[in-house]
Amino acid sequence: MEKNQILSPENLVYAKPELMNDNHMHYCPGCSHGVVHKLVAEVIREMELQEKTIGIAPVGCAVFAYNYIDIDWQEAAHGRAPALATATKRLLPDKMVFTYQGDGDLAAIGTAETIHAANRGENIAIIFINNGIYGMTGGQMAPTTLKDMKTSTSPEGRDTQTMGNPLKILDLLALLDGVCLATRVSVHTAAAVKKTKRMIRLAFENSMAGKGTSIVEVVSTCNSGWKMTPAAANDWMVENMFPAYPIGDLKNI
Amino acid sequence: MSEETVLMKGNEAIAHAAIRYGVDGYFGYPITPQSEIIETLMETAPWKTTGMVVLQAESEVAAINMVYGGAACGKYAMTSSSSPGISLKQEGISYMAGAELPALIVNVQRGGPGLGTIQPSQADYFQTVKGGGHGDYKLITLAPNSVQEMADFVGLAFDLAFKYRNPAMILTDGVIGQMMEKVKLPAWRRRRTEQEIREQCPWATLGKTADRKPNIITSLELDSAAMEKNNERFQAKYRVVEATEVRYEEVKCNDADYLLVAFGSAARICLKAIDLARKEGIKVGLLRPITLWPFPTEILHAYGGKMKGMLTVELNAGQMVEDVRLAVNGQIPVAHYGRLGGIVPTPDGVLAALKEKVVH
Repeated sequence: MEKNQILSPENLVYAKPELMNDNHMHYCPGCSHGVVHKLVAEVIREMELQEKTIGIAPVGCAVFAYNYIDIDWQEAAHGRAPALATATKRLLPDKMVFTYQGDGDLAAIGTAETIHAANRGENIAIIFINNGIYGMTGGQMAPTTLKDMKTSTSPEGRDTQTMGNPLKILDLLALLDGVCLATRVSVHTAAAVKKTKRMIRLAFENSMAGKGTSIVEVVSTCNSGWKMTPAAANDWMVENMFPAYPIGDLKNI
Repeated sequence: MSEETVLMKGNEAIAHAAIRYGVDGYFGYPITPQSEIIETLMETAPWKTTGMVVLQAESEVAAINMVYGGAACGKYAMTSSSSPGISLKQEGISYMAGAELPALIVNVQRGGPGLGTIQPSQADYFQTVKGGGHGDYKLITLAPNSVQEMADFVGLAFDLAFKYRNPAMILTDGVIGQMMEKVKLPAWRRRRTEQEIREQCPWATLGKTADRKPNIITSLELDSAAMEKNNERFQAKYRVVEATEVRYEEVKCNDADYLLVAFGSAARICLKAIDLARKEGIKVGLLRPITLWPFPTEILHAYGGKMKGMLTVELNAGQMVEDVRLAVNGQIPVAHYGRLGGIVPTPDGVLAALKEKVVH
């Protein structure tokens, strides 16, 4: 078989999403962000929402999300993305509005904005990357850092007596009447990636249908921050993160 | 749908003027002495008429960031608060200046520092015109001295904000916010359609169409060379604003030997003090800055060459006086008279200070 026969369109099983541009990605090799960005871009394209989507980027590793997906973006102050999304969706109710936030952004500095946007049932989708660490600033303790987990600001491990406990913010959010979807997924296997894509699509559909706030928590790896190879980080996540942050729907109505 | 003359509080006038101007969204958090703004909006329920969104946020921080989101969509978005709440909004104001977003922030000042008092003050002058938030930026600042100007400046602030893609503030205080006066409310304007916003604000995040690149609203630029260029662009814009948008009022300046300089409520008190002084044969005029930034530097410098002395009257410990002294540049003495902590000066107090500090 000739090379051009192999490269024929009917044999295509994988491609770069149409909405992802050629900008050089700043994410570390092995990081979950790249996969989730790809899924967001694919879902927007498949739902034909590129002209109706406004993304809100956070402060953290995903601060440059706007560099990679060709839609309109707003870059928020640290933790404030749900406030920006609230006004954007209220003022443009026929648009699809989503935030893309990390654990420090969503569950530490932006806790109030997150909980109150969800409590009001803002018709927004929140993509929440939980890797238990501050990646952008160099591996400091996050609100979701596990007990005894070592970070640059908990070098002896997170002492829950003095540093607090891992914050299961999705469990809190699932209790709120304004929330229609609170689900925890991951992207470490092909099956998990497919499931995550379905949940991102559902969250975007909920935004368009005005069903309330959807939160898709992606339990993720930060192999650089965790100081592991990508493969070891996936194993470590399954072994340590999943027991603390169990995969599955907490709420889906 | 025409102009209408009514009797109301300054805070209420802000709310009604906003609805009539075609504001798209108000996002606020209650704080004395300005809660009538959000209360009036909620009672008037403009979402049933113009479609204006009114939302009580969980904090001033959230409210200003909602304004950021609304402004990023090219919408007329505003918030209001009083001094302690305005301190919380400084993050968002700096980000809006950095992202070049037009919006209106109303500060109905009360006395500080800290929780301070709920009585009127002008102690946020420095915070407003010298920065407040981080970074080299300027906030277009309008200082109304009547309920009428509270109503008029809503539209003016939005006009200037959108003309220059910069946040604008109405800096007022508890006196102007709470007092009732006759006010002619502006004529009604239709809210702009999405198509009109797309045409007028091609930078707005309204959804990327096939004919343009993505619109990205951000204040972030990690390349220092590019960030310096951004800052130079901001500074060039600020110089245009300073050359173009200075506004002030002169009262009885033609034959005056001495000049009072005051803004907002303090300027109202000075009008009476001028009458008292002139009865005693002291020829005094008033220069009232209407824009605090851009500041009326040139006219004050010119008066520095004509007058014998100046007195700034402020509800603070001496803030605008620094800008007046910079403008006068040592030509004549410039003194300050202020009351603190929510105390409002009296015309007699102003006259006594004028005689003690300036007229010798």
